[in-house]
Amino acid sequence: MTSIVVPRPEGFAHPRPALLDWLTTVDHKKLGILYLYTTMFFFGVGGVLALLVRTQLAVADNSFVSNDAYNQIFTMHASAMLFLFIIPVWAGFGNYVVPLQIGAADMAFPRINALSFWLVPPAGILMFSGFLVDGGAAQAGWTAYSPLARGLGPGMDLWIIAVILLGISSTIGAANFMVTMFRMRAPGMTMFRMPIFCWTMLVTAVLQLLATPVLASALAMLYIDRNFGGAFFDPNGGGNAILWQNIFWFYSHPAVYIMILPGMGIISEVLPVFSRKPLFGYTAFVFATMGIGGLGFSVWAHHMFTTGAVLKPWFGFMTFMIGVPTGVKMFNWLGTMWRGSISFEAPMLFALGFLSMFLIGGINGTFSAAVPVDFALHDTYFVVAHIHYVLFGGSVFAVFAGLYYWFPKIWGRRLNERLGQAQFWLMFIGFNLTFFPMHLLGLDGMPRRIATYSNESGWEALNLASTVGAFLIATSMIPFTVAVVAAFMRPKDQPNDPWNANTLEWWTTSPPPVHNFDDLPEVHSERPLFDARHGGAGH
Amino acid sequence: MATHGIATQHKQGLSNGMLGFILFIASEVMFFGGLFAAYFIARADATEWPPENMLTAEQIARGVKLEVEFALPFIATILLVLSSVTIQFGVWAIRRGDRTALIRWLMVTIVLGLVFLTAQMFDYSQLHFRAGDTVYGTTFYTLTGFHGAHVAGGVIFMGVILARSMAGQFSAARHEAVEACSFYWHFVDVVWIALFTVLYIVK
Ligand code: HEM
Ligand SMILES: [Cu+2]
Repeated sequence: MTSIVVPRPEGFAHPRPALLDWLTTVDHKKLGILYLYTTMFFFGVGGVLALLVRTQLAVADNSFVSNDAYNQIFTMHASAMLFLFIIPVWAGFGNYVVPLQIGAADMAFPRINALSFWLVPPAGILMFSGFLVDGGAAQAGWTAYSPLARGLGPGMDLWIIAVILLGISSTIGAANFMVTMFRMRAPGMTMFRMPIFCWTMLVTAVLQLLATPVLASALAMLYIDRNFGGAFFDPNGGGNAILWQNIFWFYSHPAVYIMILPGMGIISEVLPVFSRKPLFGYTAFVFATMGIGGLGFSVWAHHMFTTGAVLKPWFGFMTFMIGVPTGVKMFNWLGTMWRGSISFEAPMLFALGFLSMFLIGGINGTFSAAVPVDFALHDTYFVVAHIHYVLFGGSVFAVFAGLYYWFPKIWGRRLNERLGQAQFWLMFIGFNLTFFPMHLLGLDGMPRRIATYSNESGWEALNLASTVGAFLIATSMIPFTVAVVAAFMRPKDQPNDPWNANTLEWWTTSPPPVHNFDDLPEVHSERPLFDARHGGAGH
Repeated sequence: MATHGIATQHKQGLSNGMLGFILFIASEVMFFGGLFAAYFIARADATEWPPENMLTAEQIARGVKLEVEFALPFIATILLVLSSVTIQFGVWAIRRGDRTALIRWLMVTIVLGLVFLTAQMFDYSQLHFRAGDTVYGTTFYTLTGFHGAHVAGGVIFMGVILARSMAGQFSAARHEAVEACSFYWHFVDVVWIALFTVLYIVK
């Protein structure tokens, strides 16, 4: 038995008009879809801003945009990509997939779930409305260091309020995910039988619940400094500018794991399915995820070595330590593929892209964990290379792995395989062409966050290559868009389990009925569908 | 092959709502944790506390004095601690099914909360420094202000619970919202005790 098509129940005619239904829905599947649309929209906006940045830097002494505009553009690029795309896109996948994977009918708190989602679009509008006000949008970088951030125009306040709203969204969302996974699991679905994607969402939720409010407190202080004459970050009033950095990174280092862990989860769903083997070392993987979550709170100061205000040996050592659980996961993934019968459909290609690019990103991060090395590399393009190898090569590739993998479940159609392959190769080559040269630029001392450079610097060729790469990445969105549009024009024809996968979301129809499942198999392991296919408990 | 219906929720232990509420309070603790951290760092950095030496000529001319009154906040503290006791009496009452006593204790607690807020406002009006007057003023008003906002939120929360009790919505078996409300109120109380200790006692 490979897959069965259960006829869709007919009785679910919508009593309300479709638009009103989408606006008022509390169904985790619809909210998940709304999250995915919204975040992919901001991915596009952030991408356009990135192209502006790369156009400005394509040649030396360029004046395509003014310095002032440049600062707004790179700040809004990063803010959109991190706060409006990567962090909430996981909430989108999580919303759709987690209840299905644990055999639940919905999230624990459907209405709070709707609130979490509906905070995102207004926050995005608020943040971008900065472009309309006097002085323009925020321009202190996504890190908003003081004293710079204390002195800018009202666009900065809009940015602060937007990030606070997004923080509230992800904090209450995190509580919702936690209660859902603690309380809503189907009979037999013990914690240690939950799919790895759920585990990564769970640890992410813990990090969000504990770290995001700390960011909110820092943002509140910044707001008070700016609007009520506060002196939190003002040494003239007895405040401390480094305080911002300490609190910000106490949040933002855990936040980098908030941005990558669910991506690791997706990879860990895809690799076993397309290697036709169980995940190698399930338990080790779960503990490594928890380890990353715990260690994530002890390394923040590696972003601040050069301030001279932090205990360098300790934070350097802890930063090396956090490489260990990450290394464990690398072995999990490689062990999974080892001697598997691997097939290279689009989800697998993106997963392999993740593996190779994240490896490079992890290695170059560990470089800068060495304090003396970081003194040379800090605030250069080397750091920009690092963050993009982990966040684009890692998280974004995982987003596309997830989209190609779950598209049949969510929309009942499959994305065209050829177009998927085309997108992957364009993106993979474009990505490396864009970001690999940044390592060399960084080693050569090119600072980050500068609007232009002189033609005597010798940085022009590498920058031009990088810009070409960026446009190649943009081109890779064409096959993707065509594939999505083409899929939507076809009828829903996907069986329950088109990939021969192992987890419960593939048990029900594609797309699932409103109530998710008509029935559930007995769960005896972390691969209930595999057990069902092979007639009983095999673990 | 045997199949199961869909599980709704596990019935033992805390309810989902209560668990979610406790997680929410955990996030609030982290929020205040960030504010407290800022306060401690500011104090650790200062050569003297209150940092009179950081005052500008303009501030001195304006008559800024970095000092707080003790007596009134102390009385307010006692009232707030007392209000934790009174709301707990309300919880115990409804656990026995005594709705009248719940309503009475809720009213007492709301009054105590309002008295606390009034005392805080009055205290603010008596102080000789503002939020902009050194990091001392900033941390003082930020910490007490966010706490005060939580007290106000708690009073509104209790108002809703009071209305629902009067509508007869709670019983010995069903009174989760009352328990959640008391949790929140105790949390607000504990934050205040910590605040009172560091702002008024530890010199
Ligand atoms: C083996 C794991 C990792 C290590 C050892 C590591 C180490 C570092 C270090 C030392 C820095 C500071 C560089 C500097 O500013 O001088 C840094 C920056 C950064 N890392 Fe990582 N990292 C790792 C993984 C990740 C992951 C998984 C992500 C996100 C998915 C990430 C995102 C970032 C970001 C966004 C920055 C730059 C922040 C900024 O200043 O704008 N890192 N990393
Ligand atoms: Cu970090």
